[in-house]
Amino acid sequence: MKVLLDQFDKAFENRIRLQIMSVLVANESYDFNSLKELLNVTDGNLASHLKALEKEEYITVNKSFVGRKPNTQYTASKTGRDAFKKHLEALENLIKQQKH
Amino acid sequence: MKENDIYSELNSIRNLMERSTKFISLSGLSGIMAGIYALIGAFIGYKLVYTENSGLLFRDFYVNDPMVWWPLFLVAAVVLALSLITGIMLTIRQAKKKGENYWNPVSKRLLTSMAIPLFTGGLLILILIFRGYYGIISSSCLIFYGLALVAGSQYTFSDVKWLGFCEIILGLLAALLPGYGIVFWVIGFGILHILYGSIMHFKYNQ
Repeated sequence: MKVLLDQFDKAFENRIRLQIMSVLVANESYDFNSLKELLNVTDGNLASHLKALEKEEYITVNKSFVGRKPNTQYTASKTGRDAFKKHLEALENLIKQQKH
Repeated sequence: MKENDIYSELNSIRNLMERSTKFISLSGLSGIMAGIYALIGAFIGYKLVYTENSGLLFRDFYVNDPMVWWPLFLVAAVVLALSLITGIMLTIRQAKKKGENYWNPVSKRLLTSMAIPLFTGGLLILILIFRGYYGIISSSCLIFYGLALVAGSQYTFSDVKWLGFCEIILGLLAALLPGYGIVFWVIGFGILHILYGSIMHFKYNQ
């Protein structure tokens, strides 16, 4: 069990981070406000988790303006996609292990 | 990590991937209403072109008479406008009921992907009217509407794709049998919409 848990990505230990990644992997990009609505979290909460993922270089940030409103788009990077896939595989392995 | 935790984790991932890529607040009821408007419109159109004892094979007026096609065009435009307004209103209501924002990245993608075939088709139909090719207008409406549905279906329920294919096939058949535009119009915009709307309503609204 211990060995398997080591395969889990520390960045995805938090559920919201994993959820953010799920959305970004399934979409070309997603903006801050839509992400906030979808995940039903507060501004500060979402921002801190996005920062963490950005620090891991799992996501890239693209800031721009629509009129006067800031519009921040987030995109999953290649590293992020691979890490997400690996994390899912680890989950899958864990299920298989427990079936035996 | 317990097995149940993993399943709930996987479930939440799957749920989010789906919700972030598909707009599921389309209302089946709006399909039914659009079908009813189309049937009423077709009935008025029929009254304009055919008289009481003439049946479908014999007509007193032909569509290329301006006295006939202007009212027909008007009826079609009113049906389109009513269907759009009802559809938009019911969709907003449905989204609110589900606690979803109706103006989100997915609904924007849904609209833009449908807009391209719809505007192309709309312009082509105006050109056809202008050039006097009345025989293939009904067919073009059905084909471009079907293409728009197929294009939009990747951002919503996959059932929409099948409605789109049916409209395209009907449109092609309508082009093969010119002069029976009203029959295909009734099937494509009236009956198919009511059928599809009822299926959607019972499948997803309960």
